[in-house]
Amino acid sequence: MSRAVLRVMQAGPHCSVQDAGRPGHMRFGVPGSGPMDGFGFAVAHAALGNPFGGAALEVSMGGLVLECVEGAVSFAVAGGGFRVALDGTPLGPWCVATLAAGQTLSLRPGTWGSWCSIAFAGRLDARRWLGSAATHALSGFGGGALTSGQRLEVEEAERREARHATLEPPTWVRPTDRVPVVLGPQERFFAPETLAAFRSESFRLSDAYDRMGVRLSGPALPVAAKLDMPSEPVVKGAVQVSGDGVATVLLADHGTTGGYPKIGAVPRFALDAFCQMRSGDAFRFEVLSPEAALAGARRAAQAADGYLAAAGQAAGSLEQRLARMNLIGGVTAGEED
Amino acid sequence: MTSSPRFTPVSDHAVLAELGDSIDADLHTEVLRLDGALAADPVPGMIEAVPAYANLLVTFDPLATDHGAVAEALAALLDRPAAPAGQATAREVEVCYDADLAPDLGDVARQTGLSEEEVIAAHLAGDYRVYLYGFAPGYAYMAGVPAPIRLPRKAAAKRDVPAGSVIIAGPQCLVTTITMPTGWWIIGRSPTRILTGDEERPFLFDVGDPVRFRRISRDRFEART
Repeated sequence: MSRAVLRVMQAGPHCSVQDAGRPGHMRFGVPGSGPMDGFGFAVAHAALGNPFGGAALEVSMGGLVLECVEGAVSFAVAGGGFRVALDGTPLGPWCVATLAAGQTLSLRPGTWGSWCSIAFAGRLDARRWLGSAATHALSGFGGGALTSGQRLEVEEAERREARHATLEPPTWVRPTDRVPVVLGPQERFFAPETLAAFRSESFRLSDAYDRMGVRLSGPALPVAAKLDMPSEPVVKGAVQVSGDGVATVLLADHGTTGGYPKIGAVPRFALDAFCQMRSGDAFRFEVLSPEAALAGARRAAQAADGYLAAAGQAAGSLEQRLARMNLIGGVTAGEED
Repeated sequence: MTSSPRFTPVSDHAVLAELGDSIDADLHTEVLRLDGALAADPVPGMIEAVPAYANLLVTFDPLATDHGAVAEALAALLDRPAAPAGQATAREVEVCYDADLAPDLGDVARQTGLSEEEVIAAHLAGDYRVYLYGFAPGYAYMAGVPAPIRLPRKAAAKRDVPAGSVIIAGPQCLVTTITMPTGWWIIGRSPTRILTGDEERPFLFDVGDPVRFRRISRDRFEART
């Protein structure tokens, strides 16, 4: 079987190996981890024709530069609007191409977005923990953070030229200045005027932003009741308010329990776009009922499935591409040799 | 809490079953009973159950079920005749109290008016129970620290506290699993691995397990690490 060997020439902080994550171990203090933008991760695998969920690389705003030192492998990038270049030639931010020995792939933050995923046509060799290669930042368990000089191996590496493409990101992956939130479960710890401020005033992402969570700046959210609640389990997306009235949105590598009240939670379907915001970006919370959030999750899943199915079709040979364009355009050439 | 139990929707994919709001062995036993009932008879669409002191979180697949259905199923499980809580297994954790492994032992002794040996004896005398895991992988929060050595956490956290540290604050004790800062009092070091490295049983404790600490010599500590 062919193998491709890559060398990490430069890796910014928070770049790591991620797969679909390790759900099911929260009762042992282990969060799900996995990609900050799960949809971008799924698109990268789909665009290569990979099965869902294998190990990939997650790139932060710190950027990543890879050099191929042996073999060749097709790769896909999706998530955010990064500047992607192969040997200095720009590719689209969401793309499929092939990296061969001697070539360099660079990913730098672009006009929008904080995270992207690179998947490979092959099996990325990565250390696993509890059955998953997802890196848990606090412990380093799983595939691990990427470091300059590191060697990466892709087993069963394939060139999939028929998959080469530039993908147009769907509109809904872009963050907006409205972030949905479901109130609770401890909104009772807050006075009505504090809840009103939470619903109506503007917040910003601070620069205290990593895979564990992002602290917000905005109106103070004083906790009105005595802070004596026993620690309880928390979900990814929980908006936890510490004793000094500062809110933090808990993300992929969150602690699994918290003793501070949760004023609300950003529903999971909205977290991919939320994570693509950057420090300094401003937004308002938009309160949804649990039922409306659930309906939103179902709509989002349907839209995602549709996009992934389309992205998963190989672009194919020139003839196949033309045939599909004709179909899409409703035009039939109608001529056979 | 005004009424218990209470089933609170959380986000678009979870329900929090709140059975009370205190840290109490009987209440925790109720939580474990519900946890055991869920393990035996999982709610359709459920992904995982996370027990804590006084409540239990159930996460679910929003494409398969909804908050209301999960809450109803949890209420039905609670209404059943009390099943015994899941089986608890007594666990033993070894600890070495040598001064260089127990940087706060002297301060705990001074603040409690005990000798260092009396602090150690009190720690060893405690009957502990794992109430929940939290914060980081394998961080098992045990209650049971005897009253004479209960101290509020320190004013400032100490950085880079090594894995295996045995730390206490108030009624709680835990054995750390990764190098982390902590504001709890560091009174010993354990070679017992909470993260076992065994794929079949990756964590030493189940929530609810009773735990005893056993003092070991430096030689044994060195041999086991």
